[in-house]
Amino acid sequence: MTIKLLHKNKYLTFYSSTSSQLLNIPFYEGGVSAGFPSPAEDYMHSKLDLNDLLIDHPSATYYVRVNGDSMLGAGIQSGDLLVVDRSLEVIDNSIVVANINGEFTVKRIKKNKNKMFLVPENEKYQPIEITEEMDFELFGVVAHVIHHFI
Amino acid sequence: MIGLADCNNFYASCERVFNPKIKGKPVVVLSNNDGCVIARSNEAKALNIKMGEPAFKIKPILQKHKVHIFSTNFALYGDLSERVMNTLKSEINKVEVYSIDEAFLDFSDFSSFDRAMSIRKKVKQWTGIPISIGIAPTKTLAKVANHIAKKSTKEGVFVLRERDITRSLQHLAVEDIWGVGRRNAFKLKQYGVYTALDFTNVNIEWLRRKFSINAVRLQKELKGERCYELELKKTKKKNICTSRSFGKETNNYNIIKQAVSNFANTCAVKLRNERSCCYKISVFLMTNRHKASAVQHFPYITLNFNTPTSDSFEIVSKANIALQTIYNNACIYKKAGVIVQSIVSENEVQASLFDTIDRKKRNRLMCSIDKINMLMGRDKIRLAAQGFDRKWKLKQEKLSPCYTTRFSDILSVNI
Repeated sequence: MTIKLLHKNKYLTFYSSTSSQLLNIPFYEGGVSAGFPSPAEDYMHSKLDLNDLLIDHPSATYYVRVNGDSMLGAGIQSGDLLVVDRSLEVIDNSIVVANINGEFTVKRIKKNKNKMFLVPENEKYQPIEITEEMDFELFGVVAHVIHHFI
Repeated sequence: MIGLADCNNFYASCERVFNPKIKGKPVVVLSNNDGCVIARSNEAKALNIKMGEPAFKIKPILQKHKVHIFSTNFALYGDLSERVMNTLKSEINKVEVYSIDEAFLDFSDFSSFDRAMSIRKKVKQWTGIPISIGIAPTKTLAKVANHIAKKSTKEGVFVLRERDITRSLQHLAVEDIWGVGRRNAFKLKQYGVYTALDFTNVNIEWLRRKFSINAVRLQKELKGERCYELELKKTKKKNICTSRSFGKETNNYNIIKQAVSNFANTCAVKLRNERSCCYKISVFLMTNRHKASAVQHFPYITLNFNTPTSDSFEIVSKANIALQTIYNNACIYKKAGVIVQSIVSENEVQASLFDTIDRKKRNRLMCSIDKINMLMGRDKIRLAAQGFDRKWKLKQEKLSPCYTTRFSDILSVNI
């Protein structure tokens, strides 16, 4: 699932989506029953599909809803939807969904010498060091956050 | 070489992906209607909880060991299964999806062990589901290799080489061979055939006479001679069955009628998805076998269509005629089911001379209904006979959320 660059000029870039989604309804189907056919008919493409933009690995992508304010600084607000990609490798500064001792959390991974931390992005909260005796398991890397304004 | 990838304790593993609290704890999944145990985590197996055991019988064990209990959540298991299969397909060109949690893999081009290890790692990382892979010269031996991978390796991968076949068949009971049922195993044991190795040593002519050509093939496969290739084309189903236990046992005709209408409609939708039509429909009812005092009744009837069909109207009304014939109001029924049989491909349908239905028109209607229901949700448009109150619906008291298929159910995390 990729977005194909179609055309680029000084002001605008056009994309076409290549998607095999069954429910992708064509933007415009033509077939005007009376009057003149649309001059745009020959230039229509299927509608842009947000899945193409947000999901690189469908088999490895899960959604997670968050509650709380510990990641405000990273732009994650309470009620937001995270798009989590399990196929991505964790690197320093990745924002991850992980579980510690059976509880899920969302934090930024920071490596410091030989230590690893789960760091919140809100001064109210303290970083958590990941230690040997912890039951720590990574769920996946947060690839996108979707915030609803309405 | 052929590989068999098999998800470890699949249903229990699915529940664990979204519920890490139950990691390392005993987990069981109950059948439809919360009746019997149909999946166990290793910890639950260690408590000697058996497959198929009725939940009410083992209640003390479940309570004593704080076993985590789930109703079957097929929306979740189906979605995770698809993810596992797609991940396998991203690594291997030829994959035969054999069941919800098993797939045969074509390993002809690879040095198997390392390749299998990396596939196993990828599936675990991408989907959260642990799998085991057994690799061997034939499908039947791949099953054996998978068994060994699960039971006696740390890596979860086992390659069964030609020279090791004899040794591994020695320890495999004859009833654990793929495709040997309990009845055949019983018969074989009467002739002194106890292990898979014994089975490979019996006379081939004797096998053909006493059992069947399939038994001969099985023996060849166990000796490393390939009889079954990967089936890569989706074979059309021979029959489609939709049956459920009711939430509450009942003799109420209207409730049963509603249930049967829904099962019949589900069969019709499945037929259309496969682009098939059926010649025959069967309807059956069942009373509760475990209630000795109740009147027992297990009626079953098959009716024919003049022209093969996948039309919801026709199939549902025929199912209702069938139900009227077999229903007896003196019995309290526990379960009902609809089976469509003699399935042919849509384009092989022979038109009947006396057909009274405009099939082209009806076909268009069915297509439109299917499309709308796909967009707006299952059964948004339904036959009146399917009803709305769904009193027959099964008990699913311990159902986990549909984490991957419903936005209102997705994993919620406090951060």
